[in-house]
Amino acid sequence: MLSLYHEARSPVHALPAGVKLLVLLAAGSAAFLVRSVPVLAAALGVVVVLYVIARVPWRVALRQSVPVLPPLVVIAAAQGLLTGWSTAALVALRLLAVVLLANLVTLTTRTSAMVATIEALLRPLRPLGVRPERVGLVVALTIRFIPVIKEQADQVRAAQRARGARRGTGFLAPLLIKTLRLAAGLGEALDARGVGSGERSQAGSATVRHGPSADPQGDR
Amino acid sequence: MRSRDIALIALFAAVMVVLGLFPLIELPLVPAPFTAQTLGVMLAGSILGARRGGLAILLFTVLVAIGLPVLPGGRGGIGVILGVTGGFIVAYPVGAFVTGLLTELAWRRYNLAWALLCNAVGGALVLYVIGIPWMAVVGDLPLRKAITGSIVFLPGDAAKVIVAALAAVAVRRAYPLVEARA
Repeated sequence: MLSLYHEARSPVHALPAGVKLLVLLAAGSAAFLVRSVPVLAAALGVVVVLYVIARVPWRVALRQSVPVLPPLVVIAAAQGLLTGWSTAALVALRLLAVVLLANLVTLTTRTSAMVATIEALLRPLRPLGVRPERVGLVVALTIRFIPVIKEQADQVRAAQRARGARRGTGFLAPLLIKTLRLAAGLGEALDARGVGSGERSQAGSATVRHGPSADPQGDR
Repeated sequence: MRSRDIALIALFAAVMVVLGLFPLIELPLVPAPFTAQTLGVMLAGSILGARRGGLAILLFTVLVAIGLPVLPGGRGGIGVILGVTGGFIVAYPVGAFVTGLLTELAWRRYNLAWALLCNAVGGALVLYVIGIPWMAVVGDLPLRKAITGSIVFLPGDAAKVIVAALAAVAVRRAYPLVEARA
């Protein structure tokens, strides 16, 4: 499964994920307090310069940013008709600057660095029973389950066809029951092997084998 | 929390991703896309219960935030969450939690009618209550306009409530995982 990360060597890529997220949080909050079009236009300019520094090709930047545009255009148009075009410009510029900055963080930060940041953020919650080291395991399991669900869906469909079941016979419920059993079984296997339950166990380095179709580290 | 719970949480986060692969219908005048993913929100709550269901969908929201292209149309990243429709995505875990809480309360006499009610409140109402004001604030729109703009979601959401309720009742019969509350 592809991440939206774009590999390159740049000062923006080199910044720690936590710092980038903090800057995003601060800039995002500030943008909602500013009510001046020139200031927001300047902010948008700064974001564009950051894209250049980060060496993100415009094609990649565009592919990542175009999907967020339709809602933005609708809101700006509604704004223009309802309250005037100066507010529309303000809202559009603000959203564009914040969304582009957020996308830049996404494009320049590895998924693994983000996971590590989340683990670090959760560490203070350890006394409450939160186990930050399990975040990596659960993310890996999720990514592994995606093709498993597809496989199970094909099997359910094939079984229904073999029985000559009419089209439109409940498909979702059998699929859910099948995958629930599979996931519960996998969980019990993990417990039996002590994965993710030991005090110092590192989810990322644990190797789990549970048949070819339920290997949580399979295609990370 | 045992590894079994972790695996179930991961499973429903994956179900959300798979539901996001369904073709996306974007309407020209609606700021948020139609998505099958709210079905996953209801299913997580009504099959796993409040805690596990809420965590599963929270995990999905985290996957969006860390930059995996798991939203319909391969979208993802923090930009989507900070955008106009981000409130709906932030509301997903809350919706799953509320669906799960109501399901746990109704568990002993759970049937299709209760399933419909739990899913409609948790999987639709909660999303509107958080997502629509978010849209109004981020887009600087009057709340009334944001509400009228969101009416188009009602038929699709009604259909998803029914599909999720039918599945939840069938799964309860075959593989019950929720623990009754009170």
